[in-house]
Amino acid sequence: MNPTAPGADLPEHPDFLWDNPDPKRSYDVVVVGGGGHGLATAYYLAKVHGITNVAVLEKGWLAGGNMARNTTIIRSNYLWDESSGIYEHSLKLWEGLEEDLGYPILFSQRGVLNLAHGLQDVRDSVRRVEANKLNGIDAEWVDAAGVKEICPIVNTSPDVRYPVLGATYQPRAGIAKHDYVAWGFARAAAALGVDLIQDCEVTGIETAAGRVTAVDTTRGRIAAGKVALCAAGHSSVVAKMAGFDLPLVSHPLQALVSELLEPVHPTVVMSNAVHVYVSQAHKGELVMGAGIDSYAGYGQRGAFHIIEDQMAAALELFPVFARAHLLRTWAGIVDVTPDASPIVGLTPVENLYLNCGWGTGGFKATPGVGDCFAHTVAKGKPHPYAEPFTLDRFTTGALVDEHGAAAVAH
Amino acid sequence: MQLIPCPWCGPREETEFHYGGQAHVAYPQDPAALSDEDWAKFVFFRANPSGPLPERWTHSAGCRRWFNAVRDTRTHDLLAVYRLDEPRPVIP
Repeated sequence: MNPTAPGADLPEHPDFLWDNPDPKRSYDVVVVGGGGHGLATAYYLAKVHGITNVAVLEKGWLAGGNMARNTTIIRSNYLWDESSGIYEHSLKLWEGLEEDLGYPILFSQRGVLNLAHGLQDVRDSVRRVEANKLNGIDAEWVDAAGVKEICPIVNTSPDVRYPVLGATYQPRAGIAKHDYVAWGFARAAAALGVDLIQDCEVTGIETAAGRVTAVDTTRGRIAAGKVALCAAGHSSVVAKMAGFDLPLVSHPLQALVSELLEPVHPTVVMSNAVHVYVSQAHKGELVMGAGIDSYAGYGQRGAFHIIEDQMAAALELFPVFARAHLLRTWAGIVDVTPDASPIVGLTPVENLYLNCGWGTGGFKATPGVGDCFAHTVAKGKPHPYAEPFTLDRFTTGALVDEHGAAAVAH
Repeated sequence: MQLIPCPWCGPREETEFHYGGQAHVAYPQDPAALSDEDWAKFVFFRANPSGPLPERWTHSAGCRRWFNAVRDTRTHDLLAVYRLDEPRPVIP
């Protein structure tokens, strides 16, 4: 990390980056959801496929849902080939995204450590490292001394309840500034002709003869050649408007930040076993995430005891944080699938496309899924990287079980 | 953290309970007759409404008994709490 003052590398606060148009009566493609995935999908539709008569409909303000509520961690060290494919594709896009968008996103490849606290943790971690290597993804197993070397503030004492036995390490992983990512995509999409329409909630989806024809919104009816759903936590609600169910449960996922601190934390540390994940934002806050609250919910808040558990875990791992003050907490609504993998692709309704079920891991996928989903929408058939993540895998049984590598307890 | 009214013990803190997911999901009466689609619905698909949801809870740090509740998933308000042998109350 640069030994500069906290915040010194942040750009000036941006001026207006996109227009605020009224919706037209019809579009070639309507993207439902103006978060990271919706904006990225619209951008790649316009840039790669030349489809620019596109509207992104957002019920609140752009990127004000989960995009504003995540912990910004980016990595691709998933276990299965299917997941490695799409997450590594995404990571490669992250590596060139600032140049591609012509906008700073503060992508910082500071590495991620996924800690192991028990013998089975160690075995699973080493297995995942070897699987990553076979997929050409940078990964290594480091022991407790290696963890200490990479992140000196981690407590590697053997005398704690769940001692750190080692970690998987992905050096190319990191963080980006989530707001800037959204603004970069929004600005670039708008420049290519995409209409970004805020304060426009979808209230119905019209179909005729099994094809989608229009969406009803709080700002009127909008006819659509194709509709692409990117509604994250609210995907079940939106899909029901089109007449089908999804194998999803929406949960609150809480996170929090400390006050601003001098640079103390050089990487990203995640622990699935004691459950906390921590990085230090560019400005200096410690950003910490928890596991999901157990119950279903749409309220964008969770229970305090989850934060209590998360703090206990953080303090055992990082005794140096003991005097840090909590600044604020929040929750996003994540849509969790039975196999902890996303659903991307076609639906029972023709020309209606689905992108949901990213659960706790959607942020890192933003450019990758934007590219693959735009391809799926433009061509009417799944992108090869999205192909394994069909809705019908829950019927065929071809699940992609990523509970172990999803790294957030759910 | 909120108080959950256990039907047997009365209001107790949320940390005493565990969540059991959607209530009233009945095991298929004739499993052999189910299609793959029906099995998928039974195993993987659960109601996920933004609004009242009937669900199961267990008072694991108290009487250790299961009960049902209807909870509004937008506000987390418990609209009704009832025993497993009682029908789902009608929420106005």
